[in-house]
Amino acid sequence: MVVVRRRVRRPGESGVLWDGFALAAVDRYNLRGMGLRTRTILLLAISTLSLAGCGEVIDPNEPQGFVQTKGSDTIVNAMQETAEEFMKVYPHVFVAITGGGSGVGIASLINRTTEIATASREMKGKEIEMAEKRGVHPKEIVVAYDGVAVIVNHNNPIDRLTIEDLHDIFTGKVTNWKQLGGKDLPIVTLSREVSSGTHMYFKEEVVQLGKKGSTEEFSKETLLLTSSQAIVEEVANNEGAIGYLGMGYLSDRTKAVRVGKGPAARGSGPSPVARDLGHESQVTGHEFYPPTVENVVNKTYPLSRPLYLYTDGEPQGAVKLLIDFTLGPKGQTRFMKTGFVPVGPRGGEIQNSKLEIRNKS
Amino acid sequence: MTEPQNPKRTIRRATGFSSFGFRILNLFRISNFGFRDSCPAGSGFRESPEAGGRRLGECFIEGCIKLSGLAVVAFVFLIFLFLLRDSLSLFREYSLREFLFGREWLPISEPPKFGVLPLLIGSILVTFWAIVICVPLGVGAAMFIAEVAPKPLKHVLKSLVEILASIPSVVLGFLGIIWLGPFLRNTFGLSTGMCGLTGSLLLAFMALPTIISISEDALVGVPKSYREAAFGLGATRWQTLWRVILPSASSGIVAAVMLGIGRVVGETMVVLMVTGNAPVMPKSILLPLRTLTATIAGEMGETVGGSEHYFALFAVGLVLFAITFTINFIADLFLRRARK
Repeated sequence: MVVVRRRVRRPGESGVLWDGFALAAVDRYNLRGMGLRTRTILLLAISTLSLAGCGEVIDPNEPQGFVQTKGSDTIVNAMQETAEEFMKVYPHVFVAITGGGSGVGIASLINRTTEIATASREMKGKEIEMAEKRGVHPKEIVVAYDGVAVIVNHNNPIDRLTIEDLHDIFTGKVTNWKQLGGKDLPIVTLSREVSSGTHMYFKEEVVQLGKKGSTEEFSKETLLLTSSQAIVEEVANNEGAIGYLGMGYLSDRTKAVRVGKGPAARGSGPSPVARDLGHESQVTGHEFYPPTVENVVNKTYPLSRPLYLYTDGEPQGAVKLLIDFTLGPKGQTRFMKTGFVPVGPRGGEIQNSKLEIRNKS
Repeated sequence: MTEPQNPKRTIRRATGFSSFGFRILNLFRISNFGFRDSCPAGSGFRESPEAGGRRLGECFIEGCIKLSGLAVVAFVFLIFLFLLRDSLSLFREYSLREFLFGREWLPISEPPKFGVLPLLIGSILVTFWAIVICVPLGVGAAMFIAEVAPKPLKHVLKSLVEILASIPSVVLGFLGIIWLGPFLRNTFGLSTGMCGLTGSLLLAFMALPTIISISEDALVGVPKSYREAAFGLGATRWQTLWRVILPSASSGIVAAVMLGIGRVVGETMVVLMVTGNAPVMPKSILLPLRTLTATIAGEMGETVGGSEHYFALFAVGLVLFAITFTINFIADLFLRRARK
């Protein structure tokens, strides 16, 4: 306060931004007649207000608003880039993107603290029930497809595993790489926290092998890490570690394992399949597929899934604009560049019937 | 134990040393919940011609201070009630026995299992080792700073300790992930560096400033006459420090340790980042484990308000609250016994 008052009193002082601003404000709002203290308080109030409003006049026809998007960490980067593009086109719609996990997004949608929930898994029947009870009517929109990549350290000779192998690893039935034909090293299994949609997906497809009603769980020794980045970090540093994450997080620091559908290929030596195929070129990999965009598109990669957006009721206004933009060419390009598979022209259609079916079950 | 000599220290003692419950009791005892009674004529201000106005002002200010004090009590009670209400909701659907003695924490399974035991043991194990590591280090450092170090070094060390206190826990957690974890894995030949020990070490690091500064205060607070008497009897510097000064300051040191424990039990970010969070019954500090705080932090965002999982996390919070309350209570007992 004191500083401000002094500066206002000395008009000759130049180069201070506040000074110029304050003087201008004094002139503009005709504050000269006021007491010093009142004037200072008013000045501060005005400056706060004008900082917030920016004083610009907006064309009433132009879309404006605020859209909060919360949820899946898998697509948070892609959504962020899409939102940045979006805000270039619609400068008066402010979009905030937050991660935290699919569960976080869906919980926020139900608690009405977000407009759009992003999710890397479907909403559970229980969640839909809870949402309806609170007067939230979730709409499901498929925004892209994603492969769940399984990663190991570069020094790990294992480069292909079947779903059964993965099942045995993550449920703790296999605890040493030796059992899979690798080095004599204990296996350290890494998972995301329970709030992650990828965690749910992996649990259903690998740990429970896609069987409904299965009660198998991740082995209790499985580390639950709070972000995909933490998984990359640990796998890059730890020769015995194995983890999974969305394809968008793949980097050179870790090695993505080829995944096959066949039965568990395990024995005392190197697995028969692995021995037959050797560590040759990709041509022989007719059973094991690396997580690539093509393999997800033609559905040969076994661990692929759709990614969703959920809104409360039919999207409207700024929310609809953002969703249309995301499903449009610009948004889909962003998704492709961050490592996801774009949806076809009709891919993003809102799947009411499917939701209703799950709702009943 | 002697009375501290300088008023600044007395304040510090009153706010920092005495435990929480004791403080609340004191507050009730001192305050009469009234404005008039609390400013009797003999409350230390001499009557003078201008004193009337001033006394009114004093009364007003004193009242305000009292009100803020009472507000704190009210907040604590409200928080406690809220915690109690939401955590008790869990036990309408889930048995208390299963919660307290269940060995499995599977919150998103069907049906979910909320056994708090692995988390509780995880917290206790991490805290225990953190304290084992940081108490000798912290008390030793305090002894050095208070009694041995030459003045210039003393000042440098004291400010360094303060800097240590100002490192954000997330930064420590990050260091733990990229440096300490891999280092411990290679040193001890562990399967992963994300284990209890990494957490304990970082937590010990975080509790050090608390322990050092409070122990140091307690050591400095020992009257000079004790030292002089010991030297007069021909005791060496070490004998004086070990047999005279340390025992006289013991209540302060116990309080420092207890506050350190409080800090370690409640710390969240570091353990969430580095201990691996595997909800297993921990068998060793060298294996991944999951603590109470990390569970709340890791899962709270995901739960829907009013769901079973949500209430279960509140119940975990209640357990945590019970632990810290017990620690404070024990610290208080120690302090009072030492004062007599």
